[in-house]
Amino acid sequence: MGLRDFFDRIEPHFEKGGKWERLFPIYEMVESFLYTPKTVTTAAPHARSYIDMKRIMTYVVLATIPCILMALYNTGYQTNLAIAEFGASGWRAAIIDALGIGFNPANPFANLMHGLLYFLPIYITTLVAGGIFEVIFATVRRHEVNEGFLVSSMLYALIVPATTPLWQVALGIIFGVVIGKEVFGGTGKNFLNPALTGRAFLYFAYPAQLSGDSVWVPVDGFTGATALAVSASEGFQELAARGMTWWDSFLGFIPGSMGETSTLACLLGLVFLLATKIANYRMVVGCLAGMIGFSLLLNWIGSDTNPMFAMPWYWHLVLGGYAFGLVFMVTEPVSGAHTNLGRYIYGALIGFMVVMIRVINPAFPEGMMLAILFGNVFAPLIDYFVVQANIKRRAKRHA
Amino acid sequence: MAHKRREMLIDPLVDNNPITLQVLGICSALAVTSSLQVSLVMAIAVTLVTGFSSMFISMIRNQIPSSIRIIVQMVIIASLVILVDQTLKAYAYEISKTLSVFVGLIITNCIVMGRAEAFAMKNPPIDSFIDGVGNGLGYGLILMSVGFVRELFGSGSLFGVTIFETVNNGGWYVPNGLLLLPPSAFFIIGLLIWGFRTWKPGQVEEREYKIQTIEAH
Repeated sequence: MGLRDFFDRIEPHFEKGGKWERLFPIYEMVESFLYTPKTVTTAAPHARSYIDMKRIMTYVVLATIPCILMALYNTGYQTNLAIAEFGASGWRAAIIDALGIGFNPANPFANLMHGLLYFLPIYITTLVAGGIFEVIFATVRRHEVNEGFLVSSMLYALIVPATTPLWQVALGIIFGVVIGKEVFGGTGKNFLNPALTGRAFLYFAYPAQLSGDSVWVPVDGFTGATALAVSASEGFQELAARGMTWWDSFLGFIPGSMGETSTLACLLGLVFLLATKIANYRMVVGCLAGMIGFSLLLNWIGSDTNPMFAMPWYWHLVLGGYAFGLVFMVTEPVSGAHTNLGRYIYGALIGFMVVMIRVINPAFPEGMMLAILFGNVFAPLIDYFVVQANIKRRAKRHA
Repeated sequence: MAHKRREMLIDPLVDNNPITLQVLGICSALAVTSSLQVSLVMAIAVTLVTGFSSMFISMIRNQIPSSIRIIVQMVIIASLVILVDQTLKAYAYEISKTLSVFVGLIITNCIVMGRAEAFAMKNPPIDSFIDGVGNGLGYGLILMSVGFVRELFGSGSLFGVTIFETVNNGGWYVPNGLLLLPPSAFFIIGLLIWGFRTWKPGQVEEREYKIQTIEAH
């Protein structure tokens, strides 16, 4: 146990009175990353659980693995498809050429490698830029650097388009970490989802790079609307004419933000999160019910001018960020509702809002991001009313 | 006395700023700060209205019946605002169009009413005037700071003079569209309040509750 000895030997320097006292959060981060924290509660109740915060966060990162793999594959696949038409350019193409991998969209390895060359720079930028601010705040405010940041940064990297300039990626995650989390006191005190806060910042600050027709596939000259944009302008039936079937969308072979195209990959993550009880099924059920209920209602109402009214719920499910948001963001325990009844309501509110924004607001074809942030803001209010209703009910019973 | 008056003028700039400490007048601070020029005009307008309305109200404060004092205050404030509005329309039509309804809304600006109620009703005219001007300047200071950030990073210019050449004009700066939207002023004012309270910890309010530690049970 040489490493343990090393940590034990240097630990006194970081404790109170040590010469690097101010850097304790950094020591703690590295140590607790490698070893289980050995702190125990000093007062009763000494409840024990193997699910500590570190494990929760690690499990969420594990749950995103199918999405990451699909992100790599699909980004490469879409790029290679477009390269066949428009030709390759840029440093990534140079690397692929140098390695002799080629741009054949039928070759899974070529797709994965090409996707990796898009995903890795964005992910590394996210980790470095966000991590620096995370550590600054931890050092100044004397709180721990938390594994939660690994989750936020992974989710954030998965929901930006592959073409996003890296400086914008950095700016977005810094905004998300600082405004979405640290100003309120850090992990566990954020009422907004930090990854989504960063994404929303980018969306409003740099709409040219985060929305539109030319950002989803990183090849010069390529323009293609997302499936949702097509549905909004011409109706979802038009998707088939453009070669996007329901199964394509379900499996994830459509253009979109890197990690969110594949509903299947998200569902695999959902199964894992539900089985380990990291995600609360009530939010998922609520969110599905809200979305299905409201889209059925809109189907029934119908509209001559707005083709989105006719879009059935199973298309809402597979298009855009709905599945990804449902699995990884609606279920986020801190920013969601905390009472069981409240969780159903919270989920349903998001499900309702996402269809509302997608169908009725012509300015935003995609609504999951805004719907979840909206839900986050309402979560404390929902909890309040649920708790008040419970108090009233019990008061009546014991009156 | 002179010392006290000086304080009345300086105090609202940082120590008792109407926007960052009392959180008044936020609506117009969100709406008009997308460019420095408009912020400046708005700041001058509010400073003038607050100063003179406080002075006039203070002059007749002993004649105003308490039960209808708000209406009387409103009449004075509204007359001054109309004066400002007409002057702007006559001499700075473009800016007056940008400010649109927000000049008229100075009537309902909480800072003007607040100073009239809280100060001018109890103090002599000159003091009230200085107090009004001080608060107007405090408001203007925040307006200008927010306008500075929003115009510089939102359109790459200051007072309409290009500082960062934007991409659309062949330069390198990609303007931040969020800063041109009114909600961005929320973030900037929030960050300003954060900065002010870090600088002057006395402005931090008491917590309404205390988070218990496990040991305290």
